[in-house]
Amino acid sequence: MSDVKLEERLIHAVAGLLSGSGHIACGVLSPIPGAAAMLTARREGARVSIIGSELPAYRCDGGVELFDQAAQGRVDAFFLSGGQIDGQANINLHGIGAYPQMDVRWSGAFGSAYLYFLVPKVILFRLEHSRRVFPERVDFISAPGVSEPGVHRPGGPHALVTNLCVMIFDRGKGRFRLASVHPGVTAEEVREQTGFAFDLPDHVPETETPGAEDLALIRGEIARDLANPYPRFARDVFGIAA
Amino acid sequence: MTRFLSTPDDLAALVPDGASVGLAKEPLSPIALARALIRRGVRDLHLVTIPTASMVADLLIGAGCVKVVETSGVTLGEFGLAPRFVEAVKTGAVEVRDATCPAVYAALQAGEKGQPFVPIRGIIGSDLLANRPDWKVIDNPFAPGDPVVILPPIRPDFALIHALKADRFGNVWVGPRHELKTLAHAAKQSLVTVEEIVEHDLREDESASPNLVSSLYVAALAEAPRGAWPTAAPGLYPVDEAEIASYARAAKTPEGFSAWLGGLEAAPRAAE
Repeated sequence: MSDVKLEERLIHAVAGLLSGSGHIACGVLSPIPGAAAMLTARREGARVSIIGSELPAYRCDGGVELFDQAAQGRVDAFFLSGGQIDGQANINLHGIGAYPQMDVRWSGAFGSAYLYFLVPKVILFRLEHSRRVFPERVDFISAPGVSEPGVHRPGGPHALVTNLCVMIFDRGKGRFRLASVHPGVTAEEVREQTGFAFDLPDHVPETETPGAEDLALIRGEIARDLANPYPRFARDVFGIAA
Repeated sequence: MTRFLSTPDDLAALVPDGASVGLAKEPLSPIALARALIRRGVRDLHLVTIPTASMVADLLIGAGCVKVVETSGVTLGEFGLAPRFVEAVKTGAVEVRDATCPAVYAALQAGEKGQPFVPIRGIIGSDLLANRPDWKVIDNPFAPGDPVVILPPIRPDFALIHALKADRFGNVWVGPRHELKTLAHAAKQSLVTVEEIVEHDLREDESASPNLVSSLYVAALAEAPRGAWPTAAPGLYPVDEAEIASYARAAKTPEGFSAWLGGLEAAPRAAE
């Protein structure tokens, strides 16, 4: 199955993590999580809301309603990323250096400081697995990975998916565990490229290859749906014209 | 009574230095109005983004109009970081009050309702909270032992809105953009540009009337065709990707930013 692209493997892996979620929401800058949500919808009938999509099936109020739904427990899974993510799953969307006049400044928190608390299964997604992105400690906590006892927190981090591997987060321990590595990647390489400590089992499996049925879905109707709102991704990965 | 003015510049003349202004995320960014504010040379604005912003905020910040920006994120999206925002925050030229989207919505709704404050879930333990002395944590009075963040209401002096159409009674149609209604309700007054002012009463159409900002909130209105360009006006024109890409490149330096803006004011693009 050497003709399976990394993007397709990641879509399949994220869909596996999403299994059992009734309502999956995603932001506009996440084509791979978006595709994974669409795959879960086709396999299990999950409802998918994509902020920015104009397709009626995925369209959602880009304003306040998604946040209200999250607070009520009506959103089961969501995706976040970060310029930095550390070993306690703290995410940093603000920048590098001392706040507020940081050496490097990014965009800001968006909905993270809220949705991370309220959505039961938050999947962290970042396609640059390096010590720069995954330091021991983030420079600024846009949204914390774990909370003190007593803080209302039905939600939180579930997994971290990168270009090298999949890690699962243990909320009790406040720590990641390496769950699988993509083909051609070793556990040792993941350790070298990660700035934080994580649990490393004796045997780490390879990230599953999608089966023929899932691949057909991904390359067919999902690729077509992805063109709205991710025209560039659909074109570059699947050759779909917008 | 809504005042009908001729141009965005007439609206911009109503905004004093130091005013607080609120504007909503793309599409339909009030670019023509922002450019009029820049031409007027407004200073020390307190800019509140609902809940995020892109090029329009970067323009106002780059032109030196803004003292404080209260935002959940400023970015050019797939065109990258917002260069003038980033630079102004790094140098301290603007004071940034970082927020998170649902907090902005909640505080705006509190402003709309005239509430003294509003509670919101999440946020506790973030460095956002540590850097927002105006955000407090209280113990839930109904279920003690449950810490909850409370926020002050947001009530900008002016809402800056661009919409597809308004009627000659001052009612503004915002379509599915309900946050524009919330913004107009929360702001002390709204300054609105529209693609077109229509003659008939928009309130007569039952399917359109729930999506109107009532003229009660609209202080002044002016036509500004293509007033969101180069951002999109859904149904009328798409985002001008080439122009935003050109801006993203130019605005990496103050000189490039000034040249881009100067070029626009000197010779309006054919697409405009």
